[in-house]
Amino acid sequence: MADFLINTVGLPEWLAWTVTAFVAAALILNVIAGGALVFIWAERKIAARIQDRLGPTRTGGRFGWLQSLADGIKLLAKEDLMPEGADGMLFRLAPYISFCASFCAFIALPFAFDFVGQRLNVGVFFVVAVLGLEVFGVILAGYASASKWSLFGAMREAAQVVSYEVPLGMCVVVPVMLAGSMDLVTIGEKQAGWFTGWYLFHDPFTFVIFWVYVTCAVASVNRAPFDLAEAESELVAGFHTEYSGLRWSFFFMAEYGSMFLVSALAAVLFMGGWNGPIPVATLLGLSEGTGDTANYFVRLIGCGNLVLKATLGVLLMMWVRWTLPRLRIDQVMTTCLKYCTPIAAAMFAGAMLWQLAFPGGIVRGLSRPAGEIREGWLEGPGGLPVGRGTLMRKSAAAGSSELLAEPLADAKSEAGIDSQNVVQVVP
Amino acid sequence: MNHLAAVLPSVATPLFAGLLSSPVGVAHYLVVGAILFTAGVVCMALKRNALGVLMGIELVLNGANVNFVAFSSPYLRGEGAASLGLDGQVIALFVILLAAAEAAVALAITLNFYNNHATVDIDRAEDLKG
Amino acid sequence: MMIAVLASSMSMLGSTLLPISGPMAAVNWHSVLFLLFAAVACACAVAVVLADNVVRMAFYLVLSLASTAGLFFLAGAEFVGAMQLMIYVGGTLVLLVFGVMLTAQAPFVAIKTSSSDRVLAGMVGAALLAVLLQAAFRVEPWRRPAVAAEAAPAATPIGMALLGVRVDEPAAGVPAAAVRSGYLLPFEIVSIHLLVVLVGAAYLARAKRRRTPRAIDVAASSVGPVVEARQAARSSASALVSGGGR
Repeated sequence: MADFLINTVGLPEWLAWTVTAFVAAALILNVIAGGALVFIWAERKIAARIQDRLGPTRTGGRFGWLQSLADGIKLLAKEDLMPEGADGMLFRLAPYISFCASFCAFIALPFAFDFVGQRLNVGVFFVVAVLGLEVFGVILAGYASASKWSLFGAMREAAQVVSYEVPLGMCVVVPVMLAGSMDLVTIGEKQAGWFTGWYLFHDPFTFVIFWVYVTCAVASVNRAPFDLAEAESELVAGFHTEYSGLRWSFFFMAEYGSMFLVSALAAVLFMGGWNGPIPVATLLGLSEGTGDTANYFVRLIGCGNLVLKATLGVLLMMWVRWTLPRLRIDQVMTTCLKYCTPIAAAMFAGAMLWQLAFPGGIVRGLSRPAGEIREGWLEGPGGLPVGRGTLMRKSAAAGSSELLAEPLADAKSEAGIDSQNVVQVVP
Repeated sequence: MNHLAAVLPSVATPLFAGLLSSPVGVAHYLVVGAILFTAGVVCMALKRNALGVLMGIELVLNGANVNFVAFSSPYLRGEGAASLGLDGQVIALFVILLAAAEAAVALAITLNFYNNHATVDIDRAEDLKG
Repeated sequence: MMIAVLASSMSMLGSTLLPISGPMAAVNWHSVLFLLFAAVACACAVAVVLADNVVRMAFYLVLSLASTAGLFFLAGAEFVGAMQLMIYVGGTLVLLVFGVMLTAQAPFVAIKTSSSDRVLAGMVGAALLAVLLQAAFRVEPWRRPAVAAEAAPAATPIGMALLGVRVDEPAAGVPAAAVRSGYLLPFEIVSIHLLVVLVGAAYLARAKRRRTPRAIDVAASSVGPVVEARQAARSSASALVSGGGR
């Protein structure tokens, strides 16, 4: 897009890049804000149906689909209150910190093969790390509100989010191990093809660990049944008791943004990312190199796939929220430390051993002799060494000078690949 | 100080003249590291709140980390400058890990102190004074 | 905060823009972003020193360390930057803020320092800064502008180095024959160290047997080990991740 602005429109280079960056940022912002509108409406309708009610019906025609927009306008017009003893600066900043963390994590999230803000070679790590920063906004809000309810809510949230990141990290490591890369784009690419290639169906251990991931993800974004930070029966509204108007809605946009984010992350890590269950594009004969329009079409399909999967994840969270009762704080901690963490650790070890025994997943791994696949797997596409085993084998075969020389060439070719991936959120 | 006065003008030209258009070098990162380090040292010396002192330590460690990363970075190296290569990044990683460990123990000590003395003012920690 | 958002999204742009920083580029985004992050990092570090309220100090420290992570990303140390965000900002500082909130009762929120101490510390600090800056500018090659370089992603070599195998290119100026050691032993030592710290912190902050246990003890004993366990798990997990990479 920057090239288009420079060459066709004739903008100076710095302006073109700035405009491109703004457009990309605005797109992601719209995903969060627009997503929040839709999801809040969906949540109200789903909650209503589960409780045998109708939910919003009047605003904006038949299904009340303009309800959340109307609510948004109401929130804009509301008075922005601040308690008397509050720490003004921190009170004002806290919602934005939460929102920023949720927003920044979208930078590394790929929506399709190269619909990604910035392809990072530590993508998974970055997303999980930045998502963990959201808790700061909550803690500061709780402290700055000068209210006991808020402080209790914030303390609960901090303890909960911090402890749930242990099992969450372990779950995330498994697809990383299978793909041999922390790059989200690479992880997505490795699951291309039919749905049997998804890491969810890679082996029994990944199937179990996916559900551990779901549990931890729900807990780490503070959704019911883990929403102790805002337990309205005990803490009024928890950390956002004192907030009103636009600032309050920022907390909610952050919450829905991170719900979408953890669902999209689950989709990329376990459910093939932008690859649908059936490789429609390949069956239609649209593959890389059939032309720009075809490529673009493939990307759009991929984008639709990912958004669909992430939306399904969000809907699952809503279903859970309106079905299960809220846990006590000690039960939350027990779930994390006594169940999720050991299960995740055991499944991690199991997936590791499975990968050693039957590389290539449950379908390919069991249908072919193991040795044959392992050769192919270790060599990888294009002769790149995939695992440590290759290095060892090469060094054993050719001495230690070979050990240094081989990866050197690979590192260079990797650099060549990586320097090309300029930002292409909007091609 | 005389030496500094002599060095500064010759430095200022390449450093600050085309700051927006010329690429940054190792020296720029070193300046950031120096400021973080100094702020940390002053913070450690000045704060009477035990947690404030702890924050000063974090700042000092970060200043050092900035330098390690700057020396190891392939992007910042000027022509003819030596580089730490990967070692700098690995050392920075170890610093981060040890800082986490240090913060945990220091915080446990602070909480213990708070339990026993009902204050976090380190000037009041004088039980062992003869 | 919008600036922070923009900066972080543009920092990502900046790192890819680096190769085209020839005479054609009027504005070097790398430098602009560097200035932005450096300014935030330094300003917040100074604000930590100047602030009296301990909660605000913690907040400034968060901003300072987060923008330092941005600097790491700009320098091409993506893995270190992500580690900084995850362990330092997401782990250590949450722990610190927790400690602040457990002890932040009205008399301790702002403990003032006498102004003579402030002046003295300011003078010492200025002297130290002068020495450090002079040292930074003394070495000629450090002042030269950077040569546009392309670098391999560092996450995999770091993981291999932690497993004791060096696969990265030898640094410029170092003879290729020089022994380049792996980091397997330090890695194991750090792992044991973290385990020891986990036990030690849990022991120090444990709930004492009182007739009526105070709320603060209970909170401390339940929080300390949890956070510590997370850090230990993270560090070992991340090392595993990078080790298994490619």
